Amino acid sequence: MLILECPYCGVKAEETEFHAGGEAHIKRFGPGSSDADFEGYLFNRENPKGVHFERWRHANGCGKWFHVVRCTMTLEVFGSYSAQVSEPPQEIRDAITAKRPGWCWRDFA
Amino acid sequence: MRRYSAWAVAREATRYHEGWERAWRAPEPKKRYDVVIVGAGGHGLATAYYLGKNHGITNVAVIEKGWLGGGNTGRNTTIIRSNYLQDSSAAIYEKARSLYETMSQDLNYNVMFSPRGVIMLAQTEHEVRGYQRTAHANALQGVSTEFISPQRVKELVPIIDISGPRYPVLGGLWQARGGTARHDAVAWGYARACSDMGMDIIQKCEVTGIRQEGGRVTGVGTTKGAIDCGKLGIVVAGHSGHLAEMAGFRLPLESVALQALVSEPIKPCMDVVVMANTVHGYMSQSDKGEMVIGGGTDAFNNYTQRGSFHHIEETVRALIETFPMISRLKMLRQWGGIVDVTGDRSPILSKTPVEGVFINSGWGTGGFKAIPGSGFGFAELMAKGYSPLTAEFGLNRFAEGRFVDESVAAGVAH
Repeated sequence: MLILECPYCGVKAEETEFHAGGEAHIKRFGPGSSDADFEGYLFNRENPKGVHFERWRHANGCGKWFHVVRCTMTLEVFGSYSAQVSEPPQEIRDAITAKRPGWCWRDFA
Repeated sequence: MRRYSAWAVAREATRYHEGWERAWRAPEPKKRYDVVIVGAGGHGLATAYYLGKNHGITNVAVIEKGWLGGGNTGRNTTIIRSNYLQDSSAAIYEKARSLYETMSQDLNYNVMFSPRGVIMLAQTEHEVRGYQRTAHANALQGVSTEFISPQRVKELVPIIDISGPRYPVLGGLWQARGGTARHDAVAWGYARACSDMGMDIIQKCEVTGIRQEGGRVTGVGTTKGAIDCGKLGIVVAGHSGHLAEMAGFRLPLESVALQALVSEPIKPCMDVVVMANTVHGYMSQSDKGEMVIGGGTDAFNNYTQRGSFHHIEETVRALIETFPMISRLKMLRQWGGIVDVTGDRSPILSKTPVEGVFINSGWGTGGFKAIPGSGFGFAELMAKGYSPLTAEFGLNRFAEGRFVDESVAAGVAH
């Protein structure tokens, strides 16, 4: 069972308080994009063994969306942060590096 | 291979059972194979079996990171059915179901196929209409199913409460030739038959890389050294994304945990398989008397082979509503497997961007029932480059928007 912290209201709770929203930081490709880009945006996923950036919603609380970084091999949570960013903030990256040196995720590292 | 028979048992009985041989060999890998299959689960072994049996390709290795049948093949609830809505799904699942009927004879290995019948309960008006539609579709597809009344459900399953507090039973989709089989035996039977054809099954051998030259696969790196191959089949369920990353492409898949549990053994009380998709739980009774219960998937990506407890609670709560008499059963074991789920909840049996690499994945929460059909079709695809069974399940369907949309048709329990 996961314990997550909502970065907005600061509540720390187990996963039934939240709703999982899948992979995070997906770049949207809309009209005018190539078929391959559009397919990648809609369907293809990183699905990594290890560090995974994902979106969660505090469904039974403040109702807001936020980001979580988690390890899919151990279920360890590295931290949560605002949904209003398109890349993880430096302190989150540092927290991951402390536990998983050499991690990578698309263009982030 | 020494055949198993009543005569063989009698013969061994006279000599302290010392004459039985190993069911399959444990060879060291050769330098090169025509075909390498990654993953010695049901689907991988079935693919190897049909490559040999139908296409005469026997220079084959099946390599496995852990032990044979130790992944989802040994973690499912063993349900076999083919009552799907879409034509392409019904074709491959019905092929599989029909191959299960004769599997014990074909493999000379008792897989304990038990065509005891499968009921999918309709507990809302939507489900009634949905399953009536499925029954009509199945009639056109040549899959034998019928929509039955609540009274008939009660006759078939006396322990069920059809008046239900929340969701009364309004009918059911009944497939009399569906059922269960012994999941381990399916993997073991195929492994024995493959080994007999001269194929090498190499366990405790992890793939560490996929070698390519000019966009074409040339071999794999493993923990037991490099192995060259002409063609490569990736049949690794939850770890498909990991292997695809080694080969340099991405897949429309996410890996999540799916859980199941079994109760203490009790006297025979239910001789069919019951699936309740609205409340989400499914149950059958094993030959040992345990109630075998399937739960739901977690919503988040996970490779740990364990799931969240609240899904177990939800499943058990739903089943107690449907079967009040099981409320005091103790549960013996609970476990999880990692399933790879696609957007349209249908599998991927396909060529890939790397020439010579084929992938069989995305079976999600419903792979066991498809094992022989999947192996039959995927072997044809690998041998000939085309199979009518797998034609609709290519990777290109996502780019083309040509889905096999069973997520709507089959509900959650799939």
